[in-house]
Amino acid sequence: MITIQNLSIDLGTFSLRDINLTVAAGNYGVLMGKTGCGKTTVLEAICGLRSIKSGQIHLAGRDVTKLKPAERRVGFVPQEGALFTTMSVRRNIGFALSIRRWPKKAIQERIGFLAESIGITHLLDRKPEGLSGGERQRVALARALSFEPPILCLDEPLSALDDDTRAEMCRLLQSITKNTGVTTLHITHNREEAVRLANQIFLFDEGRIKEISHEQVIRPVGEMG
Amino acid sequence: MKSTQLSTPNHEYRVKTDIPFFTLFASLSSFYILFILMIIVAGLLKVEWNDFSIALRNPNIQYSIRLSMITCTITAVLSVIVSLPIGYLLSRFKVPGKILIDSILDIPIVLPPLVIGLSLLILFGLTVAGTDSDPFTVDDLFRIVSKKLFGRDAGIVFQIPAVVLAQFMVACAFAVRTMRATFDQISPRQEDVALTLGCNHSQAFWRVVLPQSFRGILTAGTLAWARALGEFGPILVFAGSVRMRTEVLPVSVFLELGIGNVKGALAISLIMVAAAIVVLVLVRFLGGKTFENYRRAP
Repeated sequence: MITIQNLSIDLGTFSLRDINLTVAAGNYGVLMGKTGCGKTTVLEAICGLRSIKSGQIHLAGRDVTKLKPAERRVGFVPQEGALFTTMSVRRNIGFALSIRRWPKKAIQERIGFLAESIGITHLLDRKPEGLSGGERQRVALARALSFEPPILCLDEPLSALDDDTRAEMCRLLQSITKNTGVTTLHITHNREEAVRLANQIFLFDEGRIKEISHEQVIRPVGEMG
Repeated sequence: MKSTQLSTPNHEYRVKTDIPFFTLFASLSSFYILFILMIIVAGLLKVEWNDFSIALRNPNIQYSIRLSMITCTITAVLSVIVSLPIGYLLSRFKVPGKILIDSILDIPIVLPPLVIGLSLLILFGLTVAGTDSDPFTVDDLFRIVSKKLFGRDAGIVFQIPAVVLAQFMVACAFAVRTMRATFDQISPRQEDVALTLGCNHSQAFWRVVLPQSFRGILTAGTLAWARALGEFGPILVFAGSVRMRTEVLPVSVFLELGIGNVKGALAISLIMVAAAIVVLVLVRFLGGKTFENYRRAP
């Protein structure tokens, strides 16, 4: 479960006030909103990458408000993937486990399992440079899931993909999140993507987050990004 | 654009030629490049092979070459070690008084070199204890430390460490600029991801950021090395120009000129030019190759 209570963040030029959001355990939440409204900032706050002014963040039953990013157990997939450019795909996926000092054999087994289920076994010994957009996102997803986090945060993971790859990635995200039971928060502009993936849809509008129905996404009332 | 369309409604729109633009830019560029080459060629025309062999056989010059290579290398390594954390902290974090710190770091670049030497001399001559007639200076402090550590009471001033320190003061400022630019160009997103994957800042730096800044480190080191090789003013004031002790190549040029040996001075100057070119090309080549390997990796 992801619970944000009365979150306030100062961003210098503007600030977010009293943000509230709850994604039920195992659900797939999608957060929509105009560019620059602060969606990514909220996601960063969940991951612990952005210092907050006030409020509380609970993840998987723990109050993580004061915890470091490393202690929050959130799998983070940023825009464009942000793969570690100097490492092979294999080392990218195994990174979190080598930090946790898993035995080498166990790391390789986990990498093999993830690569198999995400369909990137043939890419394991390549460097991120030269991978296609879809391949990068798959690797980033595998890396984020490697340490079996209960929470997954995706920042516009499909925005740079062509339609076919996007549809394929949507199917993958659906099956992976269902199989792992991970609670997901996914940021997107794309209505189709939102309706397709989400159990819960949130709209960031005028500094507030409100939950809306699938129908409201398809036939939006007022303006929406 | 609108007015152009209006003035030629029935004709094809034609763009003016690019020739004047490129002629101007190319001639200004080539003027400077030719000028650099000309000053080197002029030196080469004036000097004979014999002058090189005379210079290279001179024990003073041999010592000076050795000392230059050693001190420049130490300076380059020290500069990289110090500029790495400064560049990283300034690039990534909201450091209090950042503008002030930035300005302080520019001081060695904008200060006249001679003034840096003089300031170093004054700093190490400061009396920290004792009386006016029997002062105990900062340099004396180092004498005691070096006696304890190495069994020799060698101070800093007018000794080899002064050469390194004088070179370091200026070279490091350039290395800091380079490292800062290097880290500015590396997106912090990868570090963010590393933090969520279980790293603390230290692990994220050593495992994710440092491998990416390899080329920047190489550039900073080279720049510091080349800068140190040419350092003269502060060395003259702070380390002195004692033959077979603190004589580095620029000091040799100065000393040879002082005794009227223009050809000798020229030969040493060209040796410095050659050394600088070799290092620059070597690093470009090494850096470029590494980069190519990295790009070509399957």
